[in-house]
Amino acid sequence: MEKFLSFDDIKKSLENRETDCKAIVNYYLNNIKTKAHLNAFVEVYEESALQQAAQVDSKIASGKAGKLAGMVIGIKDVLVYRDHEVNASSKILDGFVSQFTATAIQRLIEEDAIIIGRLNCDEFGMGSSNENSVHGKVLNAADENRVPGGSSGGSAVAVQANLCTVSLGTDTGGSVRQPAAFTGLIGIKPTYSRVSRWGLIAYASSFDTIGVFSRNVKDNALVMEIMAGPDNFDSTASKKPVPHYSELLHFDKRAKIAYLKETLESPALQQEIKANTLAVLEKLKQEGHEVEEVQFPLLKYVLPTYYILTTAEASSNLSRFDGVKYGYRSPNVHNLESMYKKTRSEGFGEEVKRRIMLGTFVLSASYYDAYFTKAQKVRRLIKEYTENLLSKYDYIVLPTTPSTAFKFGEHSNDPVAMYLEDLFTVQASVSGVPSLSLPNGTDSKGLPIGIQIMANSFKEAELYAFGNYLMDLNSN
Amino acid sequence: MKVDLNTVKKIAHLARLEFDEAGAERMQRDMTQILDWEEQLNEVDTDGIEPLTTMSSEVNVLREDKVGEHLPHDKGLLNAPQKDSDYFRVPKVLE
Repeated sequence: MEKFLSFDDIKKSLENRETDCKAIVNYYLNNIKTKAHLNAFVEVYEESALQQAAQVDSKIASGKAGKLAGMVIGIKDVLVYRDHEVNASSKILDGFVSQFTATAIQRLIEEDAIIIGRLNCDEFGMGSSNENSVHGKVLNAADENRVPGGSSGGSAVAVQANLCTVSLGTDTGGSVRQPAAFTGLIGIKPTYSRVSRWGLIAYASSFDTIGVFSRNVKDNALVMEIMAGPDNFDSTASKKPVPHYSELLHFDKRAKIAYLKETLESPALQQEIKANTLAVLEKLKQEGHEVEEVQFPLLKYVLPTYYILTTAEASSNLSRFDGVKYGYRSPNVHNLESMYKKTRSEGFGEEVKRRIMLGTFVLSASYYDAYFTKAQKVRRLIKEYTENLLSKYDYIVLPTTPSTAFKFGEHSNDPVAMYLEDLFTVQASVSGVPSLSLPNGTDSKGLPIGIQIMANSFKEAELYAFGNYLMDLNSN
Repeated sequence: MKVDLNTVKKIAHLARLEFDEAGAERMQRDMTQILDWEEQLNEVDTDGIEPLTTMSSEVNVLREDKVGEHLPHDKGLLNAPQKDSDYFRVPKVLE
């Protein structure tokens, strides 16, 4: 029988002394072994997790345990953890062992969370299907012939298959929300700069965020409130105070809700997803909320804007991987330049090389203004338009993805078709606003459907409360 | 924008990457397709719009220059593909 499906379950079992942290970790370790074929975990930290469990058990016995005592967390293979290997699912970081711990993870550990292992993902977070990984593909537990979404595919499947209580992913253009939708989970992308990026291996620095996968809103909110906040190691991290999201989940207001005409009219949108989204909007109306259709004429420009800017930032961020100080170095080198070129050409996968090339192109002297500066201008328009909508409405509701989980290899030969997977998630990433994906039923094949809610910057508390309300509304 | 093979080679050199002939042709095709798609942005009127260059609303602050934790020598060299007792080693720079 499945156990420990929420942190409240775990806490109750610990309080009643029916279990201890060691037993909880062993329960998940056993699940990980049983479901190893899903390929969610890249490495299981059996030894250090059991050590942590013993320490937390003795803290519980002496009444000194932190807020997350008993919670078992898996981390995406782009977040560093001291004395543990991390690869960003790339050959170029083969064998790399981190010398420090990401701030977000450090804060969870300080509240006695147990880190059970690292999770498969697309290389450097670049992908929407988890098929671009040196560790191999991850199977969606809802249908093992289908992708779990990406780039945080392993993080999604780890919670979907009950291999840990919650997991961390990262979301640059939808990499938490899209896999959450494909696996029937709750996934958040917080406001840009809400969580320190120290210890997150960079993909596109003006977009990257750390997000959370969970089965219920409360666990998600609790983990986020502990990770968020200022950090001396990341000067972009916001100094705004962090509310206790998990204690602010009560929702009883009359909300103003907008939905975007262009998203529901998109030819790419699967009919069943449209129907389920409209059903939610109808329920909200019946509950007395103000629900209005608004226009977002810039929708078709968000993905091109996103790809110009993120490939540019990626080409710059990934220039550090040169084979000199860490990671893979090609054995076939005869001088310094060939060391750089062979190391990078052998170490990076196809999609990563494609993005480095495109990013280098749009940043090159002859094309900088026509592509990069242009995209920065359109980004301002998209951000201002979105913020303006969110100053008139409390929430924007839209589908998380155009389709449910697709089959392996379905988009492999067409990069633009794969990029279109993120059609509905990139608006929040380009604008920097927080966005939450919630499960919203299944299609005729039984595949999970997601619904997405955006709120204005730093409105995570309002987002979680509304998300929690919507989950209750949908289960009635 | 039609990308030619020479451009692929030039950009590859700037990015310190290299492709064999088939790889360069594939890259030429993919880059052309993706850049064509990105050029949709030309339909958007951006006259008089300032480029958005930073997403964080935090401003830079000066901090006290204090000695903090730093990596000891051996730890700094721990992940090196090739090293001696004091330094990272790379192939000869000058022939």
